[in-house]
Amino acid sequence: MDFITNLFSDPATYRLLTIVILSIFLGIEVISRVPSVLHTPLMSGANAIHGVVIIGAIIVMGQAHSDDYLALILGFLSVVLGTLNVVGGFVVTDRMLEMFDKKKKKAP
Amino acid sequence: MTQVILPLSYLIGSVTFIIGLKMLSHPDSARKGNLVAAVGMTIAILATIFLYTDENGNKLGNYAWIFGGLIIGSIVGTLAAKKVQMTAMPEMVSLFNGMGGACAMLISIIEFKHHTSIPADLYEEAGASALKMIPGTLFITIIVGMVIGSVSFAGSIIAWGKLNGKIKDFSFNGQHIMNLLLLGIITALTVYVVAMRPEATIMLFYVILALSLVYGVMFVFPIGGADMPVVISLLNSFTGVAAAFGGFLYNNPVMLTGGILVGSAGTILTILMCKAMNRSLKNVLIGSFGGGAKAGAGGGSKEQGNYKEISLNDTAVLMAYASKVMIIPGYGLAVAQAQHVCHELEKVLQDKGVEVFYGIHPVAGRMPGHMNVLLAEADVPYEKLLEMEDANDQMGSTTVVMVLGANDVVNPAAKEDPSSPIYGMPILEVEKAEHVIVNKRSMKPGYAGIENELFFRPKTSMLFGDAKKVLQDLVSELKQV
Repeated sequence: MDFITNLFSDPATYRLLTIVILSIFLGIEVISRVPSVLHTPLMSGANAIHGVVIIGAIIVMGQAHSDDYLALILGFLSVVLGTLNVVGGFVVTDRMLEMFDKKKKKAP
Repeated sequence: MTQVILPLSYLIGSVTFIIGLKMLSHPDSARKGNLVAAVGMTIAILATIFLYTDENGNKLGNYAWIFGGLIIGSIVGTLAAKKVQMTAMPEMVSLFNGMGGACAMLISIIEFKHHTSIPADLYEEAGASALKMIPGTLFITIIVGMVIGSVSFAGSIIAWGKLNGKIKDFSFNGQHIMNLLLLGIITALTVYVVAMRPEATIMLFYVILALSLVYGVMFVFPIGGADMPVVISLLNSFTGVAAAFGGFLYNNPVMLTGGILVGSAGTILTILMCKAMNRSLKNVLIGSFGGGAKAGAGGGSKEQGNYKEISLNDTAVLMAYASKVMIIPGYGLAVAQAQHVCHELEKVLQDKGVEVFYGIHPVAGRMPGHMNVLLAEADVPYEKLLEMEDANDQMGSTTVVMVLGANDVVNPAAKEDPSSPIYGMPILEVEKAEHVIVNKRSMKPGYAGIENELFFRPKTSMLFGDAKKVLQDLVSELKQV
């Protein structure tokens, strides 16, 4: 129960809750009109954006005690995985969209 | 000043994600949109590394580890993304998605260890164990973030394996009940651990982790190959939500907005895909496709009548004297890497005065838009790619329809046979055209495992062989006609 009360009574948590709700609507609005041609690149782009989880990994890594090897290794692993998600995601998306560009230039 | 720059960078990050997603949904601005989001991400990452401080004003340490990880991840990620074949794109997206899920999972594990181990001696004086000191909100955030992250990780890896053929479909009776049970146990354990904090909390935490991984595997295992795009999109939004829980954990607005945006946008995208196939999300998840497909294949193996074959030569003549040719690409085209030859065929026909179009079903291939990306790679002009409705409008005036490695998207059973598992899915109505030529490697059913009656219809002729080989031969035949 204290979890629910916390959501509304603690100003910081409540602020986050507001951001969550508004972002949900924003996400729906932004996406609702997409030509099916762009579904795959869009999915891939969104995939790269959720790589923002890397920020959590960096914080965890940076706060690990320098003698806590398990935390260091796990943290390092999470930074690598998060970076893969971000960099790989953006590069793959760019590669897909590059093809649309090429064809655009040749068309006229 | 630092107190301004970090939140400002996060705000910039959040805004670029929104603008990026918006731009990604228009063909003209899509590429820039991707770049905008990438720049925002870079700013947010750099600001975090150099400016982040905890409640006590301590900066981050371990820079060598952080940059080591970033550099290794960047190099491997770039190489993997650059080297991957266009046909293997869906697997790649699934794999990257799994990496993000695993990242979220690891963050939760480390945070849990951090909160349960370090300050233990301090709390013992007060007579309480470290476990009891973790606030409920924090604890539940850690656990839920871990559960979603690990489901997404395990599920994405299975989806990746299924798409590149390393893992076969696998299902058994009562699997759905077992999955529901598993989900119930995970939920119950989470509530129990957070509310009661039993002695065994640490052990139970890892039990929850293990069960979540098992659930992720079992969740994707029974889902039929044709539904894989929907699953990847869904797992994509899962990872978004997992990232958002990380945002809750660190009070971090950019993780929160980025994660939730992807969570909700991914869900909408998932629903759009389901709509294109005229199936409900529930059906996809319960995996009725798997079960139904078996029934369909059983029914379909009744006498189907005969099919007729057509020779390359006849095909070439038929096409050369056609007024309009419509090409229906499917996954077979992607597998055979035949997109370039396909474009060549189009050019040869056009030189002969034949109008050529491509009819693109929204779920042709393994992902929506898969065929568009593939054909764009081969420089096929944008205007030649017709979406399903436009293609169906043109079908009546089309002389020859060439089905290249597509199957389920042209199966008339979707319109005519209510017992078919794909009944109700909109299809490309190829039978409205004068002639239908189907290129397949064999008479084996398509990915959904359903027999296709189209092959036995009087208008249809079969042209067997690997799509690339057949098209190459066809092009050389055509040049001689």
